[in-house]
Amino acid sequence: MARDGEDDEREPHLMVSGKALVKRFGGVAAVAGIDVEVRRGESFGFLGPNGAGKSSTMRMIACVSPRSDGELRVLSMDPETDGPRIRARIGVVPQLDNLDVELTVRQNLQVYGRYFGLSRARVRAKAVELMEFAELSDRADDQVEPLSGGMKRRLTIARSMVNDPELLLLDEPTTGLDPQARHLLWGRLYQLKQQGVTQIITTHDMHEAEQLCDRLVVMDGGQIVAEGSPSELIRRFSTREVLELRFPPGEQDGQLSRVADLAGRHEVLPDRLLLYADDGEATLEAVHARGVRPVSTLIRRSTLEDVFLRLTGRSLVD
Amino acid sequence: MRTMDRSTERMPGLALRILPFGRYTRGPGSVVERSMRVHSRTWVIMVSGFAEPVVYLLAFQIGFGALVGQVAGPGGQLVDYVAFVAPALLAASAMNGAIFETTFPVFFKLRYAKVYDAMLATPLGPFDIALGEITWAVIRGGVYSVAFVLVMATMGLVGSPFAVLLVPAALLVSFAFASVGMALSTFLRSPSQFDYIRLVVMPLFLFSATFYPVSVYPDSVQWLVQVSPLYHGVELMRGLAAGVLDVSMIGHVGVLAALAAVGVVATSRRIGALLLG
Amino acid sequence: MPPVRRSTGTVVPTWRAMWLRVEGHWAWYRRYWRSSLYSSGIEPLLFLAAMGLGFGSQVEAGAATGGHEYLHYVAPALLVAGATMSGMGESSFPVLSGFKWQKDYIAVTATPITPGQLLGGQLMWLAIRLTLSGVIYGLVALTFGAWLRPGAVLVVGVGVITGLACAAPVMALAAATYDEGRRFVVMFRFVMVPMMLFSATFFPIEQIPIELRWLTWISPLWHGNEIARAVALGGADPLAVAGHGGFLLALLAGGVLLAKKLFYRRLVV
Repeated sequence: MARDGEDDEREPHLMVSGKALVKRFGGVAAVAGIDVEVRRGESFGFLGPNGAGKSSTMRMIACVSPRSDGELRVLSMDPETDGPRIRARIGVVPQLDNLDVELTVRQNLQVYGRYFGLSRARVRAKAVELMEFAELSDRADDQVEPLSGGMKRRLTIARSMVNDPELLLLDEPTTGLDPQARHLLWGRLYQLKQQGVTQIITTHDMHEAEQLCDRLVVMDGGQIVAEGSPSELIRRFSTREVLELRFPPGEQDGQLSRVADLAGRHEVLPDRLLLYADDGEATLEAVHARGVRPVSTLIRRSTLEDVFLRLTGRSLVD
Repeated sequence: MRTMDRSTERMPGLALRILPFGRYTRGPGSVVERSMRVHSRTWVIMVSGFAEPVVYLLAFQIGFGALVGQVAGPGGQLVDYVAFVAPALLAASAMNGAIFETTFPVFFKLRYAKVYDAMLATPLGPFDIALGEITWAVIRGGVYSVAFVLVMATMGLVGSPFAVLLVPAALLVSFAFASVGMALSTFLRSPSQFDYIRLVVMPLFLFSATFYPVSVYPDSVQWLVQVSPLYHGVELMRGLAAGVLDVSMIGHVGVLAALAAVGVVATSRRIGALLLG
Repeated sequence: MPPVRRSTGTVVPTWRAMWLRVEGHWAWYRRYWRSSLYSSGIEPLLFLAAMGLGFGSQVEAGAATGGHEYLHYVAPALLVAGATMSGMGESSFPVLSGFKWQKDYIAVTATPITPGQLLGGQLMWLAIRLTLSGVIYGLVALTFGAWLRPGAVLVVGVGVITGLACAAPVMALAAATYDEGRRFVVMFRFVMVPMMLFSATFFPIEQIPIELRWLTWISPLWHGNEIARAVALGGADPLAVAGHGGFLLALLAGGVLLAKKLFYRRLVV
């Protein structure tokens, strides 16, 4: 890329660099002018609710969706003109698995690998290696159709690794999986990070973002509303702790005025009240001291969910 | 009937009625077919109910018929080829429609949608389900048959008032094949096995004396043709359309009725065994 | 600092990319050839037996059949009609599925393969399938005594071209289909079946009323049937054959260009 003198496309420092990037569908801007940079070796996240523009951004980076406006470089190349060359070096895990469910696990890996110009011998060996990685070796010659959701997801991730990608795009990698399957996947992604695979992850799940991302941007309505590491964002946009108060149905509004001044900031959710304070315990005592008796209380650490609530006034998942 | 409630949501009849149905899809065929049924609209049924017999009968009138001229019809009298083939096409259409309606949708409801599991959780039993599904297929087939007979009459292809009996005869053919089709579909395990059904239906369609008299076959294989249930439907309808009635018709009706009975019993047993076992 | 990775992926040239798609289809076919063999291989033969031999026994060789036995008259056209039907069938729901249900087209275009190469691979694979079923049909029909001259081997090629010419526009239609594909069922009923019946497959065009004959003239199957009979039965006007061939090639080229455009529109958004 021209801006960075030392960056050549074979070994770029910036894996992705977008400036004033816009994607419009008809008259509607799904991505409304964002600046984004992803550095070699990091795990970068797009956090936001459905419809925030995460997937549109990912599709532009994956060179299957031309930008409407702005600048975009992936591996220091232009997706507009170098789509195939970029796609040869990246791996894509789509939001919904698109495996060939009528083929076997092994065939899925081998057939896919061939599209990257790999030799037969190479894909044969690579398939074995990847099935091991995905813990699917014992299902190697089984059809994909009856596999569990977690297994299919692991296979999709394994498939995206078949060309040893420098950059891996993961669109909602663990949505719809049970907790055990998710933790297994997170472990695998961490392993890939150790191997130097740059990762871009979209998610609407704050736990996932906190687990996986070195750095992330919060997206809402096609725009980036904040950027930083998970801990930075929490520090900047929330307090250390949060006190959650639950009241009997209908009483929350009445109780709000009695406790609102006890914290620097509060949020009203349909089923509970959140008081943001650095010392949750002390705040709870103060609540009790005023004779307010919630049905239940919870003191917890701030999360990215709170950051999102602060920035957009909405929850990530409704 | 309670069991029909689910099916009424799906508008009938996207089968290629006269040609045996095809399966053009790979794996997701299931999803495709079901959705097509849910979303299809009435006008397609109305239009195609009349358009298909017109297209086929026109082809036979101007095309095939002109090549052949007259052939020996029921009772040995010579009839125009198109008049010879029209009742057979009606029988084939009843068969194909019935098979189509009772194989894929039933398979889907049985294996994927679990509709019958839900029904069996009510006071309904396997026999109710079998009869309900089959009846529904027959009703839908009946609509087409009426359209077909009307087109035949308009084209001057019926030679006797007995031709009104073509409609109940078509219903009987529908009933026989619907019940057998439904019984068979309880044995299917994956969508790709539908090709086996086609493998049976297509030869029945082509070789049941549909397009030429059974006398074309060498004597040694004629008995084979007579094993085909469609052959009995074809002969029955041919006689009715021409107004040539004889005792052999009782035999044809008997074969079809027996097939229907066997199918209903087999279906209810299978559903019982699969879901209540 | 994590190690620097170098991807092993490369961009393959277009023809090879298309061939890699054929390999992908082949991986599927190797597992499922039995079920598809019936519809593409055996079914046209059943038609040949029923119509060529059975129905044909009722037909006197005469002016309508160009003086030929009905079996000889209908055999080449049934090959072409079979290729047309499976070409259209294979390009409808299976192609829509690539976009919509199975989503394998989405998976493939995430690799260096482009939508255009994907389409090319699909057509190439179809050509191979049509060749295969044409050869099976031709060999079995030979045992029926359906062929009169060595030139009949060319009928397989005519079937492939006609099948592809009908398939390409259907692929374009599939790429522009976002619903469940009900339009294909309408197409099979109101386009494909009438086309099979009224394209001089079973009886000559002269029997079709003159006012309706233009429908036959625009039917690609009719053009294919004419060439197929020309090579199988002989005695054809080379100029007419060239004209029919030109029609098919033009349709194929137009269909491919349209399909390519719509494949890009569907996959690159």
